[in-house]
Amino acid sequence: MAAGVATWLPFARAAAVGWLPLAKKIMPKPPVDKKSRNDEILFVNVSGIRFQTWKNTLDRYPDTLLGSSEKEFFYNEDTQEYFFDRDPEMFRHILNFYRTGKLHYPRQECIQAFDEELAFYGIVPDIIGDCCMEEYRDRKKENQERLAEDTEAENATDTPLPPHSTSRERLWRAFENPHTSTMALVFYYVTGFFIAVSVIANVVETVPCRPLKGSKKDLPCGEKYTLAFFCMDTACVLIFTFEYLMRLFAAPSRCKFMRSVMSVIDVVAIMPYYIGLVMPENEDVSGAFVTLRVFRVFRIFKFSRHSQGLRILGYTLKSCASELGFLLFSLTMAIIIFATVMFYAEKGTKGTNFTSIPASFWYTIVTMTTLGYGDMVPNTIAGKIFGSICSLSGVLVIALPVPVIVSNFSRIYHQNQRADKMRAQQKVRLARIRLAKKGTTNAFLHYKEDGGFQDRDSDNALCLKNRSAFEHQHHHLLHCLEKTTNHEFTDELTFSEMCMTESVGYRTSRSTSISSQQGVSTSCCPRRGKRRAIRLANSTVSVSRGSIQELDTLQVHKTSAGPQRCLTLKGATRLLTIGGPPLCLSQEHC
Amino acid sequence: MGVVFGTFSMHTKQVTFRTDKIDDELEMTMVCHRPEGLEQLEAKTNFTKQELQVLYRGFKNECPSGVVNEETFKHIYAQFFPHGDPSTYAHYLFNAFDTRNNGSIKFEDFVMGLSTLLRGTVRDKLEWTFHLYDINKDGFINKEEMTEIVRAIYDMMGKYTYPALKGDVPKQHVDAFFEKMDKNKDGVVTLEEFVLACQEVCLYCCIFYLHLP
Repeated sequence: MAAGVATWLPFARAAAVGWLPLAKKIMPKPPVDKKSRNDEILFVNVSGIRFQTWKNTLDRYPDTLLGSSEKEFFYNEDTQEYFFDRDPEMFRHILNFYRTGKLHYPRQECIQAFDEELAFYGIVPDIIGDCCMEEYRDRKKENQERLAEDTEAENATDTPLPPHSTSRERLWRAFENPHTSTMALVFYYVTGFFIAVSVIANVVETVPCRPLKGSKKDLPCGEKYTLAFFCMDTACVLIFTFEYLMRLFAAPSRCKFMRSVMSVIDVVAIMPYYIGLVMPENEDVSGAFVTLRVFRVFRIFKFSRHSQGLRILGYTLKSCASELGFLLFSLTMAIIIFATVMFYAEKGTKGTNFTSIPASFWYTIVTMTTLGYGDMVPNTIAGKIFGSICSLSGVLVIALPVPVIVSNFSRIYHQNQRADKMRAQQKVRLARIRLAKKGTTNAFLHYKEDGGFQDRDSDNALCLKNRSAFEHQHHHLLHCLEKTTNHEFTDELTFSEMCMTESVGYRTSRSTSISSQQGVSTSCCPRRGKRRAIRLANSTVSVSRGSIQELDTLQVHKTSAGPQRCLTLKGATRLLTIGGPPLCLSQEHC
Repeated sequence: MGVVFGTFSMHTKQVTFRTDKIDDELEMTMVCHRPEGLEQLEAKTNFTKQELQVLYRGFKNECPSGVVNEETFKHIYAQFFPHGDPSTYAHYLFNAFDTRNNGSIKFEDFVMGLSTLLRGTVRDKLEWTFHLYDINKDGFINKEEMTEIVRAIYDMMGKYTYPALKGDVPKQHVDAFFEKMDKNKDGVVTLEEFVLACQEVCLYCCIFYLHLP
């Protein structure tokens, strides 16, 4: 339980008085606090440095070394103190954790040493406060990366397929993560190969080959070997079409898939071929058809499925849209300004290239990007002055947003690598929180299961888990609530079971009935197998006055997921009685 | 077009300095409440000096600012009753302790309440419980108020109970108990009727269980 929650427990127990008028049953006996109630100062000697603290401070975290009875192992009778042969500097931080409830990470300490100390004192590093958590995580990560031989992170999506997945899901997984199966890998490489082939073919078919016999002109290879290139193109397009259709079939959300960038690229890559097939050999449209062939170069973008870096680059450009926009805007502004100036400066010159302002745009762009083709040059002095200002400012304007884009790219690249790890960590953290919550609920249920409410004899006491005073009192509080409402806490498993089977319900007998039933647990040590709960009837106490003997039988409740318990000593009979009339209960005076 | 949008997005990106949030936090830590002196509290309550010291140390550790607000209350109760949802009950309990109705509990209120609950006479405890049930503090408990409280208590149990909560269990619970308490059958329970009914049932012997550790 969290820090000072233990401090509030007495208050919650006192406030439980509010339940009493409504309670349907008699409240259970409170736990007897065996330990002395006076708070005392403990002396803790850590390698010679003496620390002093209240006992209550350490008791706040009963599942750590200092809060539990484990510290008794370190007790030194002669000097009446607890002696630890550990680092006193670190201990300061550990003790502060008990005092404040927040664990801080000292920046000057080595991360491994700190982790070791935490492990020794039984403190889980997850509770480090937010102020120091980032530093701790960063240092720990660096350390792990340094230690790890294999720096390549395990792909987070390389989880085994859930069973009973349809062929469609399997196909989609194969497409998204080619590493998962050999077939997928083969297909991945085959498509990659064909993309390369297609791109090379596109390039080569424009290279001039030796001319045909009887002709002087150099022919591009595409026209010489028309049939060969056509066959290769057809093969590639067939493969791409097949791949696209398969992806479309396997996609979990077809609309989303069709709108995604990669699928658009796929379509654009194969469309020209089909359009070319259906288009007639017409002079008018062949011009347009030729332009369509340009789109075939988009096949090169299909490589982005195969390359992580390319995807990141695309993502960077997308995320730097604002910077790029700013760059473009400022460039446009500068171009217009300088083009106007140059035009009017060079207006007087005869035979000038600066025929209009748009014509000057070309000069300005070439100058600002420091290209300087030299096809347009100013002749007047004013023109030369402004031309030089133009080139100087060009350098500045372009140089400014570029580092932003670069840093964005670097950040996104590293983020991408970290994102997978963080997702896994987040899952673990959530699971841990849920587990902690479940832990407290299960602790109570297990306590009941262990027959904690019966009068224990010394034999049984060994078996019961060593519970702290806090747990005693907390369980008593929960028990009181159960009595108030006359319902008991169970866990989800048994509850759903109950709903399904509609097993023996409870008997609400208003009349005072003494019913005793025997718990059935035939074997001495029940195995961890599927042992279903054996319900015993629960007779309620009558609220009418003069209630006499009330026999409360608790059910023997074993969950299938329960850990191995030493139930041998409890024996077969589980006759539990909490006897005594209400008047007798007043004997339990504090 | 993209250029225009790009520029606009660049310019309209607000650089929001989170001064307001930081100021709030500073303010919270500066508001520090100190309780009355030890002697005065000892005179007002039934605790000894040592007990008050222990109580205050715990209280101060939890709430360095010296006051508890309802959120903390609900949070603490959520830790104690993880099965269900204790927020409604915590709300009513908070109101019972917040005698001045200003939304926060100081150490004095806290310790006075505890003094009644742990060291008060049976009559005091019953009065305190009556005030807990009397949600609108009009001096009467009607059936709706009692149903509210009982519902809040059942909420703490959560969903997974044995036997399963079928039907309107809180209402049945209230029906059973309200009959016994409302002696003159006028639809409301006054303090006297309440005290009388509780003393009859003799359940209040159990009060003696709850003691300071």
